[in-house]
Amino acid sequence: MTATALAEDDALWAAVADPTRRRVLDALLEQGEATTTTLARGLPVTRQAVAKHLAVLDRVGLVAGRRRGREVRYAVRPQRLDDAAEAMAQVAAQWDRRLARIKRLAESVQAEAGVDSQHRRRRTR
Amino acid sequence: MAADSVEREILIRASTEIVWGVITQPEQISRWFSDEADVEGRAGADGTLTWRRGGRGGGGDKPDAIVPIRVVEAEPFRRFSFRWNHPQEAQPDDGNSALVEFILTEEAGGTRLRVLESGIDAVTHDQEGEAKYREDHEHGWEKHLGELLDYVASKPRGATP
Repeated sequence: MTATALAEDDALWAAVADPTRRRVLDALLEQGEATTTTLARGLPVTRQAVAKHLAVLDRVGLVAGRRRGREVRYAVRPQRLDDAAEAMAQVAAQWDRRLARIKRLAESVQAEAGVDSQHRRRRTR
Repeated sequence: MAADSVEREILIRASTEIVWGVITQPEQISRWFSDEADVEGRAGADGTLTWRRGGRGGGGDKPDAIVPIRVVEAEPFRRFSFRWNHPQEAQPDDGNSALVEFILTEEAGGTRLRVLESGIDAVTHDQEGEAKYREDHEHGWEKHLGELLDYVASKPRGATP
């Protein structure tokens, strides 16, 4: 992984770690598209604060703004969130693979050791 | 769950004694974790995990990776934890290494095995360790796993343009 990619990941993390920005993202996901003004109406922060948060989210690619006349309409870019989710799922999968190998090894040792009294399978029907 | 931690679990149809052996014996560790393991299953033991180039552990074309490990706790059949990915010559602590904890619980039908990895951010503060850690873990997102995954998972999908 390149240094640039590392920096990008860190920036993305920092962007999402802020609770207010998460609320901005939530609101955007609900509304589909919104302006700084309409977002500020639903949040306990000023329009200026929302604008700053949107700028941060824009920089890391989580939202994108489109100019419509005098206003800018923002929307979430699902691809970036999906990429993040995908990458994290891969990491979780890595521990899952290790656990699955541990399970396979342990169960084969158990089978070789024979069914001990503690873990004897219940007789079925 | 902290932002820089991962937690997974699995139910194994084997006794806690057997599962304990698999996660702590070097000849077993090299069958589920690294390609080679030089480590003792006792608290305080220092060792190494080695991923060979082209090995099963996902080495691919990358050169051999030798990762330091120190056992922190070894409470037979219940709990095994270690720190890893600290700089080669350094003493591992919570500022320069990640902590992996295995917790074994006896359950009807076998053993529930939980694994927690935490302090992953600490590893990434060290530049050399960071590069190695991210390389070893295939992806730099590990440290963001808990919080972001919760976040993303809770979001409605299907609105993708």
